[in-house]
Amino acid sequence: MTAIATRETARLASNRGKVWPTVILMIGAIYCLIPVLWVFTATSKSPSELFTTFSFLPGSGLLDNLSDLFAYGGGQYGLWAANSILYAGVGGVLSTFVSTMAGYGLAKYEFKGRNLIFYSILGGVLIPGITLAIPQYLLLSQAGLAGGVMSVLLPLIISPFGIYLSRVYASAAVPQDTIEAARLDGASEWRIFLRIGLPMMLPGMVTVFMLQFVGIWNNFLLPFIMLSDQNSYPLTVGLYTLLSKGSGTPALYSVAITGAAVSIIPLIALMLFLQRFWRLDLLSGAVKG
Amino acid sequence: MTLTPAPPAAVVAQTRTAPPRKRQRSRTRFAPYLFVGPAVVLFVLFMLVPIIYAAYLSFTAYKIQGGGILGTKTLVFAGFDNYVSVLTDPALGSGFWHLALYSAIAVPLTLGLALLFALLLDTPGVRATRFGQTAIFIPYAVPGVIAALLWGFMYLPSTSPFSYITKALGWGPIPFLESSGIFGSIGNIAVWGGVGFNMIIIYTSLRSIPAEIYEAARIDGANERQIALRVKIPLVVPALLLTGIFSVIGALQLYSEPTTLKPMTDIISQTWVPLMTIYRNAFLTDDLPGAAALSVLLAVGTVALSGLVLWISNRRAKGAQS
Repeated sequence: MTAIATRETARLASNRGKVWPTVILMIGAIYCLIPVLWVFTATSKSPSELFTTFSFLPGSGLLDNLSDLFAYGGGQYGLWAANSILYAGVGGVLSTFVSTMAGYGLAKYEFKGRNLIFYSILGGVLIPGITLAIPQYLLLSQAGLAGGVMSVLLPLIISPFGIYLSRVYASAAVPQDTIEAARLDGASEWRIFLRIGLPMMLPGMVTVFMLQFVGIWNNFLLPFIMLSDQNSYPLTVGLYTLLSKGSGTPALYSVAITGAAVSIIPLIALMLFLQRFWRLDLLSGAVKG
Repeated sequence: MTLTPAPPAAVVAQTRTAPPRKRQRSRTRFAPYLFVGPAVVLFVLFMLVPIIYAAYLSFTAYKIQGGGILGTKTLVFAGFDNYVSVLTDPALGSGFWHLALYSAIAVPLTLGLALLFALLLDTPGVRATRFGQTAIFIPYAVPGVIAALLWGFMYLPSTSPFSYITKALGWGPIPFLESSGIFGSIGNIAVWGGVGFNMIIIYTSLRSIPAEIYEAARIDGANERQIALRVKIPLVVPALLLTGIFSVIGALQLYSEPTTLKPMTDIISQTWVPLMTIYRNAFLTDDLPGAAALSVLLAVGTVALSGLVLWISNRRAKGAQS
């Protein structure tokens, strides 16, 4: 009994020094949560309460704000949300598949031009988005695609970062011996990839998909440049136009705030759910082939 | 595959070295190109061709031939004219100055806080690490435009909770969106959005360090802070370098945050940062060659800056080894 007690006090003593680290970590956590808390309390306020009551006190206008939001522009908010899901979902899946195939090919085969292809694609990370976006817009307009769904989907399928991660993951997770054994059994290269490579690369693919999904969901510049029809805007561009209009009419502020709050719920939920499947250690090169 | 049944095992075992090898080699000669094919095609179409097109545009100018309504615009070769006019534009100088001030705040703070939180998560005895990690990571899920919108309302004197308190104390609103506070305000949005992701990268890198290294340091009498400073930080330099390069590239591409805050303040002009100038040239003043020239300059600058960071760090690494 006493032995346990002394061990306990010893442990407490050794942990007393850890109070400050915990406090600092919690300050960081609160700093990151404050805007999220703010937007949810602001969503509950009627437009007049927004400018008069203290920010972190809930108000009485939640349902009105929500119905205003979904009634705005004849239900445009719903369209924007659906567009964001479409662009990020389809773009994420296509991008993941293209990246996985390329990463597998680059990691598991020796071939002429391998390094040239890999480093050229990797260099793409350095090119600022706008350097690409303007000529992409001009070229896609000449092809008659600007303004359509394809103009925001196609340019985002190629992901230098996704290909890099897939290559790292393929060389770490898919043993060369397994591939050789399957070859001896007479399986075609494509079948080996589908049946052996893909399942082994699944955790890496989830990471690439999440990075691409969040990247496309958060993208503003490309849809802002490509799209002109308000009904095909994603949430980022839609809420931006709403805010720019709102600068003259504060009544639109509540709609913009409510729209921002509703738009971050699904992504935060998805991220919390998928957090355990992420293999972000790939990014720091912790997995070596 | 279905047309060529697998040879019996005995045959494979007997002729393992000769004929199947040859067939395999010819088969694996084409397969990799099919795997990387889609990526290469997309890379050429949506990255290589646009870059070449932008470079081409930057050396051209519109010339109106004929007169009146019958005049047609044609592209003619203009040499370095666009580069000269872009570089002598006073808007560009102030744009890069704004970018430099913003980067000087955002990049070191993001990386410093990310490293600090990652080290705290990795320190034994610290409580509520799972909550802390999740909370700090949450802003990553919030798009830059939405983050700027949230913070914008928290800066705006009429809705700001911080100014609500200072106004109640009789000090007046905090000048978040005035010329004195704008760099800190935009920098803060970037720090808020970027700390979590960088923290995770550094933290995963910390966790891949074998525990024996720490045990050895503890036996030698080092405390946790000494271990963090002398052992952990030097070992996560590669991760810091990666996050550093991406933070610098991201800082140079600052666009969504000032664009979103623009309706809320008069401080932010149409040419506040280079990317906003490029957008204005391309879509508001129809000066595509000028926009192309400036984007090429920005791309070259980004590549040069990243190259410089890598070169310096390589030299340091070599110096440390020898």
